[in-house]
Amino acid sequence: MQIGPVLAALRHHKAGTLLIAVQIALTLAIVCNALFIVHARLARLSQPTGIDESSLLVIGNEWAGKPNADQMASLMAADLDTLRRVPGVANVYATNSFPLSNGGSAMGVGHSPDKLKYVTSAAAYYADENTLSTLGLKLVAGRNFNANEIGLLDGKAYVHPAVVILTRALAMQMFPHEPALGKPVYISASPSIVIGIVDRLRTPWVDNSMAKWADSSVLVPYRRLTPVTQYVVRAQPGRLGDVRDHVRAALYAANRMRVISAKDGVRTFAQVREAAYRDDRGMAILMSGISVVLLLVTGAGIVGLSSFWVGQRRKQIGVRRALGATRHDILRYFLTENLLIAAAGVAIGGVLAIGLNLWLMRQFEMDRLGIGYVLGGVAALLLLGQGAVLAPALRASRVPPVEATRSV
Amino acid sequence: MLGYYLDLAIRSLKRSPGLTLLMILIVAFGVGASMTSYSVFRAVSGDPIPWKSSRLFVPQIDIWGPKGRLDASNNNDPPDAMDYLDAAALMRDHRGKYQSAMYRVSPSIVPPDPHMHPINVGGHAVYSEFFAMLDVPFKFGSGWGADSDAQRAAVVVINAKLNQKLFGGGNSVGKTLDIDGKDYRIVGVLDNWTPKPVYYDVVNTGGFTTDQEDVFLPFTRAIDVGMPNDGNTNCAEVPKTPGFVGLQQSPCVWISYMVELDDKAAVSAYKNYLDGYFNDQKASGRFNWPLNNRLRDLPAWLASEHVVPSDTKVSLVVALGLLVACLVNTAGLLLAKFLRRSAEIGVRRALGAPRMAIYTQFLIEAGMVGFTGGLLGLLLTWVGIHGIGWVLPKEIASLARVDLGLLALTLLVAVAATMLAGLYPTFRASRVQPALQLKTN
Repeated sequence: MQIGPVLAALRHHKAGTLLIAVQIALTLAIVCNALFIVHARLARLSQPTGIDESSLLVIGNEWAGKPNADQMASLMAADLDTLRRVPGVANVYATNSFPLSNGGSAMGVGHSPDKLKYVTSAAAYYADENTLSTLGLKLVAGRNFNANEIGLLDGKAYVHPAVVILTRALAMQMFPHEPALGKPVYISASPSIVIGIVDRLRTPWVDNSMAKWADSSVLVPYRRLTPVTQYVVRAQPGRLGDVRDHVRAALYAANRMRVISAKDGVRTFAQVREAAYRDDRGMAILMSGISVVLLLVTGAGIVGLSSFWVGQRRKQIGVRRALGATRHDILRYFLTENLLIAAAGVAIGGVLAIGLNLWLMRQFEMDRLGIGYVLGGVAALLLLGQGAVLAPALRASRVPPVEATRSV
Repeated sequence: MLGYYLDLAIRSLKRSPGLTLLMILIVAFGVGASMTSYSVFRAVSGDPIPWKSSRLFVPQIDIWGPKGRLDASNNNDPPDAMDYLDAAALMRDHRGKYQSAMYRVSPSIVPPDPHMHPINVGGHAVYSEFFAMLDVPFKFGSGWGADSDAQRAAVVVINAKLNQKLFGGGNSVGKTLDIDGKDYRIVGVLDNWTPKPVYYDVVNTGGFTTDQEDVFLPFTRAIDVGMPNDGNTNCAEVPKTPGFVGLQQSPCVWISYMVELDDKAAVSAYKNYLDGYFNDQKASGRFNWPLNNRLRDLPAWLASEHVVPSDTKVSLVVALGLLVACLVNTAGLLLAKFLRRSAEIGVRRALGAPRMAIYTQFLIEAGMVGFTGGLLGLLLTWVGIHGIGWVLPKEIASLARVDLGLLALTLLVAVAATMLAGLYPTFRASRVQPALQLKTN
């Protein structure tokens, strides 16, 4: 197949050629970046929390009637006891927050009491001796809290734990060259000794701005006495549904002076995960949808314009067929024509895609677009072009040689 | 003549129904997607108080110094809220026309109706000038006076929704309300004031929130009775004394501050005052780093706090890209369609039709495609706005709505865009040489 005649013919359809090329370029630029966003969001969705999420239940409890700290301490102890006796419950603890809850407390962790010189931020989780087994955390070094180490913390008071458990990521950042176990870290004015290290425990936040320290968490041995408490419950395998249906009634039966939201007071961890990543999933759906619409529109546009060209050139096709060109030649002609236009389009589109990405990076702190996306997009659009032109080209190849003798 | 062209256009469009439908669908998708994104964007990026936003300012004082900034990502900005000490000093000096320090509270209310359970409400502790500064609309009564600030009076302004719930919507001014176990006298009822974003306190609300603003009570009173803050607290060091009193004595930041300055002179005077305040504090040994204050007006402040979520902006950019791609596509299809009718144009030109007539005829045809596509796009926009809650956060998506302006804009964009897309094909069509066309036929 010679390219010369194809180019010569295209010179007579400058506007149409240009429009298809521009269309392909725009599509490539937008689809590459949209799919890149989709991939980034899906990658966030699949980040591990470090906890065993199956059979896990969270209960948000708020005391009514303004109990004081002493009353809250005994109410909380009674609740933990009540929950433990619900059939199917394996373990339970009370805390301020848990991974993906999107609310909690962040602290600076450093090597001195001076909070302005902290090494990194970390999420602080209130924990007791049952936390590790309830969450299914993997202890990679050291030991768990003992029951006698768990303090009671009055609502607005500040923590000053004697011992803490860190995540491996946090330990590595604090002590890059030596084992962290047994060393002091400062999250308050007094030192806290690292007694244990867990493999991984995500922070409560999925926000991009806190992604840098998403695996930096510290467990502090306290029960916090505030009106709002989260109970984290592990059900025995296969009993999650049972437990979910009975915990609310069991807690209300023990004490009515409380609020457990009817809407989201009792949630399985699957529901917590769903809520946490709702925005990311939404953005992924939106971007995928736009990409699909755009590809369809581009494909339809190519079909439309190629059909027109085929209709316009029936006579010329007839002449070529009469002069001995096979159907195959005609088919190949249109495929080549489309390939040439599409090649010009993707060349411009590749540059546009990278330009758009650079702009998005500057404006919205996005990551750099991988070259794989551009190459994949180029391949996809060339295929789309060939696919879209196939039907009109086949129609062209069926134009009979006798067409040459007819006037339009 | 116009009727004739409309008739011609309809005939022509009917002749190739597949192509016509394709063009209409493409326009509709482009318009629907971009208008949906735009309606969301407009809802979140609009000026919440356009008549006054350039006269409202947020002062920032660098009380933590360079050490308080862990990374360089925030342009070396000082903390975006205030500690109690400085907020109280600025209120005492009273250098703006109006000003108010404020913090978010979430007290519990015992309804006057003994059958109702206690409820938790949200709101702000503010100064008396808050209401005049932000032109807050009242349904009954008014805000409290400066004397109530000074006397730490137990007065409260409630929002329309709470008034409806507790008093059936009647005039409740003068009645008492049990807040956190103490009696407050209601002095005003707001006329359902729910600004989005909550521009007077984006630090503690994030701007867009589904939380309600039910009560406003005097800042001095809230501090007096120890009503704790319900917003963010940011500490550079652990407060020496625990509890809410300890927070007030600490350099932790948790108070929002806004001031009204009516002209350039007032702004520069206030800026000088703020710098002078910092330098005085520095001279007394509190700081040992250089002056780094900020005094941003409201639009600049909202931008610096990134109140408009970046997802919304990215969606808008991508959807506008889709619109452009759709229009390029429509232009290509119109070109094909118009050039196919060279013979018809040749006949019309030969019979004496001027170029202008050809232009009119084809632009009307393009406009019709645009109008129909726009109508369908309008339907898609409506569907999009109601379905956007599936993919964007609820507190953002719920703000998007179809109104008359958006309706008109959708149609206008569609018609203008297709006519623009039809301009080149029409230009080509009108250049057809009558003699040449007639000869080949």
